[in-house]
Amino acid sequence: MIEFLMHDDKDTVGVAVVDIKAGKQVNGRSLHGKAKPRLKALMDIPLGHKIALQAFAPGDTVIKYGNDIGKVVAPIKKGEHVHVHNVKTKRW
Amino acid sequence: MKTPTFKGYRRENGRVGIRNHVVILPVDDISNAACEAVANNIKGTLALPHAYGRLQFGEDLELFFRTMIGTGANPNVAACVVIGIEPGWTQRIVDGIAKTGKPVAGFSIERHGDLQTIETASRVAKQFVQSASELQRENCRLNELYISVKCGESDTTTGLGSCPTVGNVIDKTVAMGATASFGETSELTGGEHIVKAKAANAKVAEEFMKIWNDYTDLIMKEKTDDLSESQPTKGNIRGGLTTIEEKAMGNIEKLGKKTKFVGCLKPAEAPSGKGLWFMDTSSAAAEAVTLWAASGAVVHLFPTGQGNIIGNPIEPVIKLSANPLTCSTMSEHIDLDCSAILRGETSVDEAGDELLDVILRTANGRLTAAEALGHREFVLTKLYRSA
Repeated sequence: MIEFLMHDDKDTVGVAVVDIKAGKQVNGRSLHGKAKPRLKALMDIPLGHKIALQAFAPGDTVIKYGNDIGKVVAPIKKGEHVHVHNVKTKRW
Repeated sequence: MKTPTFKGYRRENGRVGIRNHVVILPVDDISNAACEAVANNIKGTLALPHAYGRLQFGEDLELFFRTMIGTGANPNVAACVVIGIEPGWTQRIVDGIAKTGKPVAGFSIERHGDLQTIETASRVAKQFVQSASELQRENCRLNELYISVKCGESDTTTGLGSCPTVGNVIDKTVAMGATASFGETSELTGGEHIVKAKAANAKVAEEFMKIWNDYTDLIMKEKTDDLSESQPTKGNIRGGLTTIEEKAMGNIEKLGKKTKFVGCLKPAEAPSGKGLWFMDTSSAAAEAVTLWAASGAVVHLFPTGQGNIIGNPIEPVIKLSANPLTCSTMSEHIDLDCSAILRGETSVDEAGDELLDVILRTANGRLTAAEALGHREFVLTKLYRSA
């Protein structure tokens, strides 16, 4: 059973493929790589939403698809929900 | 991989269609009523009412003619009746469609009125539809198809499942010699450097970047506030997409892993050869698919996350989703459920083969979900206001 997927081994966030409950140990898999991370979810993360695979500080870059998808604007702990409240585009 | 075959309609100009429409095409908004009356008189014909065709000028007028002529010329159309208020623009559209060699006739309402026009046009439409109904499907090869691709109501599942599945089909079909097109200029933002790197050569890359930069300049000129409220959209955000960059990366999965694009097209412009082409389109689904149908595309692949329900009157729209919630709550709209990718039960390559099978069944005549539900969104792209 996997609870989240990554696109690339370099990704620093995973995508929940089921509704994840806070406190649960969750397993992930990389679609185009070998990574199989396992971590504890600190928050509820709905299907399709992102889980932090590492801790982030404001100004850090988030990597998904092996690419830059935006900057961190509020501190994020490993296992927390990553979304519009703590990550923003670098474009506008 | 052996090139699969299907039963399609080979048109007078050699192009292959998968539907056999007899279209009643209004030149302008005020001719919609006559066209709908003809389509009501003659069963099996299809009127395409729309909002424009009066007092347009410049590039906007050229796009209008390209769209109208291209729609009638599409290989999914067996024959076309054109009705406009005055003879000049009506004839221009008739002449453009006639170049394909298919049956086409034009009628203008001035000095005749609606009723006489409807009667004469109905008599011709009756002959057209009876002739079209005798046309037989014949063996065609998959590489004779022109396929368009665009996603809508994206979420993170489109980037994980449905867009990579389309990308897999692009890699397979373009390698067989098919023609394909992607677009959505605005929604490549954040991943434009990745698209640029997928251009077949430096000239095509430059052309693409010029189109993308022109679009970005327009947005920057017109924007009134922080665009992060509108891109990603509220629906995208609900589905888990956070930034325009993330949305673009998912979108770009549709282009495949190996395929390079060979050229750039203006809106509604027909590709001049095989391979994958970029078209400068809006990201609004109905507008974009109408442009591709006008460029000659005969089947559209539409990945959706949260559930866009669009269809098109000319080219069947095949919808696929990897979002298990959408596949269960909106199942009547989905032609291929590829959520097994998310559960790790199937690979993108296997899902690509399943999508190829759906394309072949659709090409053989099976109605898509959008066709069965009556989705016929025909929406013209307007570049600026009329005179």
